[in-house]
Amino acid sequence: MGVKRPNRRDFLKRGAALAGGVTLGAAEPVIRKATASAQSIEEQSQEVPSQEVQDWSSDELVAYGERSQHVTSVREPVNGRPSPDDFDLVFHIGTPLEEQVGAITPSSLFYFGTTRGSIVPTIDPAKHRLMIHGLVDRELIFTMDELKRFPSVTRLHFIECAGNGSSPRRGRLIESHGMTSCAEWTGVLLSTLLEEAGVQADGTWIVAEGVENVRGASSLPMAKAMDDIIVAYAMNGEPLRPQQGFPLRIVVPGFEGILHVKWLSRIKVVDRFYMTYNDYGHLRQDPDQAALSYQVGPKSVITWPSGGLDLPGAGFYEVRGLAWSGGGVVSRVEVSTDGGENWMDADFRGTPQRMAHTAFSFNWTWDGSEAMLMSRCTDELGQVQPTRAQRKGGLDNSIQPWRVQSNGSVTNGLA
Amino acid sequence: MDSLKLLPVLILLGPAAALAQSPTFGLGRTPSADEVLAWDISISPTGMELPAGSGTAEEGALTYRRKCARCHGADGTEGRAPRLVKSSRGSDANPWSYGRVLPIRAPYATTVWDYINRAMPLNREGSLTHDEVYSLTAFLLDINDVIPEGTVLDAQSLPMVVMPNRDTWAELPDWKPGMPRLLGYPY
Ligand code: HEC
Repeated sequence: MGVKRPNRRDFLKRGAALAGGVTLGAAEPVIRKATASAQSIEEQSQEVPSQEVQDWSSDELVAYGERSQHVTSVREPVNGRPSPDDFDLVFHIGTPLEEQVGAITPSSLFYFGTTRGSIVPTIDPAKHRLMIHGLVDRELIFTMDELKRFPSVTRLHFIECAGNGSSPRRGRLIESHGMTSCAEWTGVLLSTLLEEAGVQADGTWIVAEGVENVRGASSLPMAKAMDDIIVAYAMNGEPLRPQQGFPLRIVVPGFEGILHVKWLSRIKVVDRFYMTYNDYGHLRQDPDQAALSYQVGPKSVITWPSGGLDLPGAGFYEVRGLAWSGGGVVSRVEVSTDGGENWMDADFRGTPQRMAHTAFSFNWTWDGSEAMLMSRCTDELGQVQPTRAQRKGGLDNSIQPWRVQSNGSVTNGLA
Repeated sequence: MDSLKLLPVLILLGPAAALAQSPTFGLGRTPSADEVLAWDISISPTGMELPAGSGTAEEGALTYRRKCARCHGADGTEGRAPRLVKSSRGSDANPWSYGRVLPIRAPYATTVWDYINRAMPLNREGSLTHDEVYSLTAFLLDINDVIPEGTVLDAQSLPMVVMPNRDTWAELPDWKPGMPRLLGYPY
């Protein structure tokens, strides 16, 4: 992959932008060049009127780049509960998937849910420790620096909260699907750490625990721990964000969100399901429901256009969406524009990865008459995304229809 | 791609099985027994880790008034925080009908003890003594009609409490890599 060098014209354009209101030592040479050829810049770059350039502080310009003032995507509290609530506890904050481009959710917009009652802790990574103990040959305590010395993995994985679900009352995508996001995670495989500690024969489960106020803890089967759980310290190229567990969390690929313990500081190897408070909150009476509320099923949704948006008129559109499955790689996504009577294959944008959001697109020429857009995911295990009628339970993975009315307005097809 | 991940696996599979018993990377240090004890707040359904101490519902009622009622209400039903008493619309025939209230729905009393110990009172988590946690657990189990009046809860008696939902919950599937969600269910 060759590095694309900015050509002289781009360079001058940026110079013009800087000239708008910045008097910064570091940027001065650029400004001088820009003003030296001001005439030609004005001719070449009408689209960068200098009066619109903000008076950026030096930190924003040099130390840490902010997004454009014209980009306004924000998260929102979802699930009909205020966040923060009466007790300043934060629960369910959705990500604006309809504005996301590609499979990776920007860290600032990553959905945010907490185990019951937890408050985001402020943790000094220099003091943070991970202890592995219980049914192991060698109990171990690691500093963050030691964890970062282990062989690492970097993988895309989605996380999804069981609170996600379609409903006639949830008219916009953020309300029905906002509690899932996907990031590139970097960390050590938990299996690496467990092998270092030496799991004893009766170590069949682990309990993973965070250091936040309520010390949220979940039980996970050893088979999963030894398969692909990541003890992650980074996301999207930087340390975890505090809301995502800084400085350490587990990522449990494909399993429901509550199990991805954040602010991780202790892993205890145990001989049974430990029935922590979080485990208890997830119990079901029916074994089928218990199974379905564990590994996320095959799922997809059209993110654009989606409920609340307006199409400006008939003509060509690239219909876009995301597909994922707790069962592995997404193998196929189909799209219907007529409410599920006819299905056509969508194209992947990017290579599908195990338990990761996969972006898809579908070329559509809208004739201006009412349409019903749907998408359907199939995964590598052959599991197929169900309709609402076919769905039996667990985290809602049913097909979400979006109705495109002849005036271009897009609404929830369930309503 | 993840070739380093294979390293420990290869060692396990290799002829020198004894190698698997020793650490590969030699990072981290060994905690002292005291360190582990102080840090480990997980309580097994067997009650194995329960500390010394004891308490009764009568004692718990006093502590509840001082440290809990402010949020959960004088009788555990009318605070801003979740109710702690089973719904009057439920019945013993199906204890799930009592609602998602920890001291009635939890299959094991150890979960009630563990949660109060780690997470309550909100904003002063971890401030209760072991005796207080035993007595508050006894109080909450008493007002939910789970234990008879006068029961003393301690490390021996607490795990023996038979919760109404001890056997009514479904175990999670025996998960294996590459497994579908539910056998025979195509979705
Ligand atoms: C400052 C307010 C506050 C105080 C004081 C407080 N609690 Fe809580 N308690 C809460 C909140 C809020 C929740 C719910 C947490 C959530 O929604 O995640 C809760 C949850 C609980 C639960 C779990 C309820 C369930 O069924 O899931 C129990 C049990 C409990 N508290 C017991 C106690 C006890 C015992 C005390 C006294 C030692 C206490 N609380 C003091 C606010 C408080």
